[in-house]
Formats: sequence, structure tokens, C-alpha cells
Amino acid sequence: MTGKKVMKTINYSLFYGDFKALNSITMDIPVNRITAIIGPSGCGKSSLIRSFNRMNDLIGNMRTDGSILIDGKDVYSQDVVELRRKVGMVFQRPNPFPKSIFDNAAYGPRIHGIRDKSELAAIVEHSIRDAALWDEVKDDLGKSAFTLSGGQQQRLCIARALAVEPEVILMDEPASALDPVATLKIEELMEKLKSKYTIVVVTHNMQQAARVSDFTAFLLTDLERSGNLIEFGPTREMFTNPVDSRTEDYISGRFG
Amino acid sequence: MIIRKLKQNFAFTAMWLSCGFTVLILLIVVGYVIIKGFAHINMDFFLTPPRGGLSGEGGISSTIIATVYLVITTLVFATPLGVGAGIFLVEYADNFRSRFVQKLVVIARFGVETLAGVPSIIFGLFGYALFVTTLHFGFSILSAALAGTCLVIPVIIRTTEEALKAVPDSYREASLAMGAGKWETIWKVVLPSAITGISTGIVLSAGRIVSETAIFYVTLGGSYRTPTSLMSSGRTMALHVYYLAMETRAFDKALATGAVLIVLIIILNLVINTVSRWLST
Repeated sequence: MTGKKVMKTINYSLFYGDFKALNSITMDIPVNRITAIIGPSGCGKSSLIRSFNRMNDLIGNMRTDGSILIDGKDVYSQDVVELRRKVGMVFQRPNPFPKSIFDNAAYGPRIHGIRDKSELAAIVEHSIRDAALWDEVKDDLGKSAFTLSGGQQQRLCIARALAVEPEVILMDEPASALDPVATLKIEELMEKLKSKYTIVVVTHNMQQAARVSDFTAFLLTDLERSGNLIEFGPTREMFTNPVDSRTEDYISGRFG
Repeated sequence: MIIRKLKQNFAFTAMWLSCGFTVLILLIVVGYVIIKGFAHINMDFFLTPPRGGLSGEGGISSTIIATVYLVITTLVFATPLGVGAGIFLVEYADNFRSRFVQKLVVIARFGVETLAGVPSIIFGLFGYALFVTTLHFGFSILSAALAGTCLVIPVIIRTTEEALKAVPDSYREASLAMGAGKWETIWKVVLPSAITGISTGIVLSAGRIVSETAIFYVTLGGSYRTPTSLMSSGRTMALHVYYLAMETRAFDKALATGAVLIVLIIILNLVINTVSRWLST
């Protein structure tokens, strides 16, 4: 593994009440790479990715153990607003706001205090361009985001996340609600984005993990149904020559 | 087979008849009032105040003004309170871990349910006891609006709650994940999405104020003069119908006022529909 490590988890455990959802996860997220988190349903993939921007905070009686560091600082000891500016998120289903395309992309900059119209317009154009959506919507920025197709909506959500210039983009099964063509566009986009951003993607689709990611983390539940990190490494090595037999079973489709 | 088919036909006919019957009753009532009433409506009827007395001379101008005045004043009190309470119950109440707050929330929810079913005259009695006498507001727009606020607040809270619950959580998540705070999320994303439902509740409340009588009988007084301030007594159109029917010989004018009321309610309902359609595009 090379490169600066922008994010890492150290013996990170997550509890919902008495239930331990994640058990002592230790892994590095390499900068400007795509890291895929794979594993069967209920293995804690979403819980893990939602820990990076503390979206789990919303769930009552959750607590954590160990730490998650971003740029050397524990995510739980910093301002959540600032954390979420640095760590953007794209969700499973496209969830644009019921606002215009422009207002969707301008949402983040606006809440972070940018008022100047020309500055906003520049940011909106820049981020929609980066999300490979500009040519399709440049004449319709005033139209409702709901007039877009599912794939376009998801790219708009990516643009919305890019608009606050995050360092990391978390993607929670970003293509699972999309058709194959739209999925391919998202994957191409991820490939392009990694030159500027560090990307973490949760996927249940192993072909997708193999296609787009540079590193893969494989999670599996133990007997107590807690998610454990079974194997972490460069995707190519993991898919051709897995170290753990459980990884091999999973990626060869024997379960999951 | 034949029996099943018969049952089917019977059920269909029964449902059809009950539906037809309901519509018929509605048409008869509305038709009767409107046809009888409109015969006595002319420009003067709208432009002159009632003259009082047994014969029920005069028009309804001052009662129209009193109705509008009362509706606006009530909504000024009730909207922020009701919408605020609805927002609290849906967006904030579950965040509090403290037992005490949780108990308060349970009581508040129960209170809203109960208040919604309380007959309006009870709010009238309460308003009479508290606002009219104890607080010395007298029979006035102010007393009536405060009592009316108690009456419509459950309506506004409930429609606000329903409207907020209908906003997908994915909007809230998206906003929070962008680094927005809780209130920012509510103000910029949740409320704009829920505005249709919330405004429906507000217009429904306006309709309720227009059509109630008992509660205002004991809080607004019954003066047929044009109200000039919050402390003026007054007479809404619905109250006027009551006075005309019970205390004068001008039953035709009661019908005419009733016809105007019905048209007003129909207009309010059209407003709800247009506003919803306009806001949801």
C-alpha cells in the first residue's frame, strides 16, 4: 500500500445499544484511490461507511469504541459540520431535493456561507461539470431536479457533494437503484473523480468492486452478528489471490 | 357461481346507491340554500350593514368584515403555534432522551388528539371564562380569536405533522450529510417540501372559523356594527345566520347569508386545491 493515508480506523467498534454492529475494525483508506467495502447483507458495510461522516449519530443509543481518524484527527472529537464538509456522501437512491438543478448543486455552498451570485454560479457549473452532467443540463438549470432521469439525478447528487470541495466522497451503493447504462456512467465518473478525491464505496456487486476499486475491504459477520474485517488489500490481489478462505468463498459466489 | 355473481351485483348496487344518496342529500341542501338564498342577494345586501330589530332589515357588510377580521386574527395566533408544535413533535421530540421530556411529549400528543374531538362550545365556555371575563377582554375579536386559536390549533398541528411525516427521510439525510444543521435542514429542505400540506391545514382552519357559531356566540358577542379594533364586539356571517333565523322574521335573509357562506366555503376549498397544485409543481 502506497500513498498518504487520509483516513484510517483503529480498533473501531460500533454499538447500537447492546448490539455490536462492528467489531474492532482497523484499516487505512488510501488517498486518491477508490476503496470498496464488500460483504453480504447485514455485515456492517453501511454502518462502517456511515461512521466516516458520523451519519450514525442520528441513531439513538449508539456508541463507539476505538477511533476513526481523518487527517490525523478523530472524527468524533471534531465539529460535525466541518467533518461533513470534508467528507461528502452519496446515497443508495438518488435523493435530490425538490428544488431546481441549480439550487441542488448550490445547496452546500449556500449553507457554508457563500452568498455571492457569480461565485455560486461558478461553483455550480464547476461541480456539475465534474459530475459529468453539465452538457445534459446546462440549459435547464432552473428546472426541477425531478425532471432528470435516475442516473442524472444520482450524478446531480454527486455534483451536490462535490460543490463543497470535500476531500473524501463516501458512496453507499451509489448505483444499486440504477440501470446498467447509468451504472456504467457512475463508474466512469468515479474513475475520473479519484484524481481529485478519495473515494470509499459500499457495494454488494462484486463485479463493480472488481471493476472500479483499487483497494477492497471484505466484511463478514461473526457468530455474534458483529461485522469483522476479514481481509483488506489491493483489489486485484484480493480478487485473484485472496488470503482468507472466506474471502475466496465469497468472491467466487459460494455464499452471500 | 350464480350466488357469487348475485352477491357481487348486490354489493355493487348497494355501494352505488349509498354514494348516490349521499350526493343527492348534499345537492338538495346546497341547492335549496343557494336557490332560495340567491333570490334575495343583490349589491345592497353586500354593501349595507344589518339594521337590527325584529324585521332583520339591512345587508351583511359588517358581518363580512367581522368574519375576515376574525379569521385573520385567529390565524395570526394559531399558525405559528400550530406549525411550531407540529415541527417539534415530528422533528425534535424523539431526540430527547430525558424521561421527563418524553412524558411531556406523550401528554402533548394525547392533548392534541383530545382537543381535536372537543365540541367547539367547550372552547367557547373556556374562552368566555378566561378571555372575556377573567382577562377582561370582553366580547371582542381578541377573545374570539384566542378561543378560535384553541379550536383550530389541533387541526394545524395534525396537518403539519402529517405533512412533515410525508417528507422522505432521504431529504433530511442528504441535507445533514452536506453539513447542514438540524434547523437549517428543516427550514431549507423539510418545510418547503411540506408547505402544501401545511397550507392546506391553515386554509381548513380558516374554513372552520368561518363556519363555527357556538364558540363565537359566547366570545365575540353579537354586535352587528362593523368592528373597528381588536377589542370590538362583532358578528360573523355564521353567527348572523343564527341571529336572523332565531331572533328575526327574516328567514329569507338567513338563507341568503347561508348561500354566501356556502359559496365562500366552496371558494376556500378551491383555494386549497389550487394552492396544493401550484406549490407541488
